[in-house]
Amino acid sequence: MSAENDVRTLTIDEQEVSARPGQTILEVARENGINIPTLCHLDGLSDVGACRLCLVEIKGSNKLLPACVATVQEGMEVSTDTERLRRHRRTILELLFAERNHVCSVCVSNGHCELQAMAQEQGLTHVRLPYRYAKFDVDASHDRFTADHNRCILCLRCVRACAEIEGAHVWDVMGRGIDCLVITDLHEQWGNSTCTRCGKCVQVCPTGALFEKSKIGTERPKDPQFLPYLNLMREAQ
Amino acid sequence: MSKVKLATVWLDGCSGCHMSFLDMDERLLELAELVDVVYSPLVDVKEYPEEVDIALVEGAVATVADEEKIRKIRAHTRTLIAMGDCAITSNVPGMRNAIGPEPVLQRAYFENASAQQQIPTEGLPKLLRTVRPIQDFVKVDVYLPGCPPSAETFHTALTALLTGEPMDIPALTRFGA
Repeated sequence: MSAENDVRTLTIDEQEVSARPGQTILEVARENGINIPTLCHLDGLSDVGACRLCLVEIKGSNKLLPACVATVQEGMEVSTDTERLRRHRRTILELLFAERNHVCSVCVSNGHCELQAMAQEQGLTHVRLPYRYAKFDVDASHDRFTADHNRCILCLRCVRACAEIEGAHVWDVMGRGIDCLVITDLHEQWGNSTCTRCGKCVQVCPTGALFEKSKIGTERPKDPQFLPYLNLMREAQ
Repeated sequence: MSKVKLATVWLDGCSGCHMSFLDMDERLLELAELVDVVYSPLVDVKEYPEEVDIALVEGAVATVADEEKIRKIRAHTRTLIAMGDCAITSNVPGMRNAIGPEPVLQRAYFENASAQQQIPTEGLPKLLRTVRPIQDFVKVDVYLPGCPPSAETFHTALTALLTGEPMDIPALTRFGA
């Protein structure tokens, strides 16, 4: 059988769909107009399953799978929008809001933040968990960009864009759990790091955690759309 | 039919939610046909009434007095609405939580004061260690996020509440709106 004819058939939300082997559930769902909410996924970057918003139910399994990294199987019956999933998604968002200090009203990304929009989309009007009110640093040492860890959701898009697209791998991660932080080099100040000043991390950041000094604000949303374009150009080379 | 008793309350917030409420403009006249404002910074009533049907509460709980107030309001109110982000998330007033109240008092009454540098102890309620949303203290019936919620949001939500129609709040407003 040739590769073109090697097709998997499955259902997503009772809709029959076909896919190529190795495709993720998220990819196939979106190809078929089925929306699965995501925060850490971005077209053009590898997937890491960090945010867990894309969890889906598979019939016959008790385990929830992240649709961005789970690949399709023949005969799979996937549900993307059950009461259980909606409850989990809501809780994930509440944990994100409670863990750091997302003060939307005074954030540079107010009005074009993916976390803020996702909270609204998922019907979140308040957070049932106690807020931590932990103290986080703001690194304004770079002459062009600022990192405000209060707004970081650890989606790691910055880490992936820097390593996979720019090829610099300045951003990485330190610490675990609630102590986890994105860092530049080995926790150097951003301004003293080996940053190439390309600004891709800023554009892919879904919240106000990374922003360009004096530029990004209500008047100027970020533009993460350049990534698929860059990949396309790279493939064309 | 007797009118619905409406209260509005101002805890630790900037009054922006009240301003936005007033931005309902001429629609306030329609609202006045249906409700009596029995307690509010906008009317001259000192004591919270025994029985209130709907209370709109702006602001977070930041002082011992705020805490007393919100408990009293809950005890005498049928439907308590958390109005705006400060009431729901603690928002800007809560930004002092990571550093505690002392540096804030220091800044206000010493660094920024040119005369009589002292922290007032009379006539001003004691600050709580952390500024917290009202749902940390009492049960909230309706959440209206936004900084502030728009006049349109107020109008749609209050109309729905008064007529008993269902309301889809996330379709109207969001955090930071």
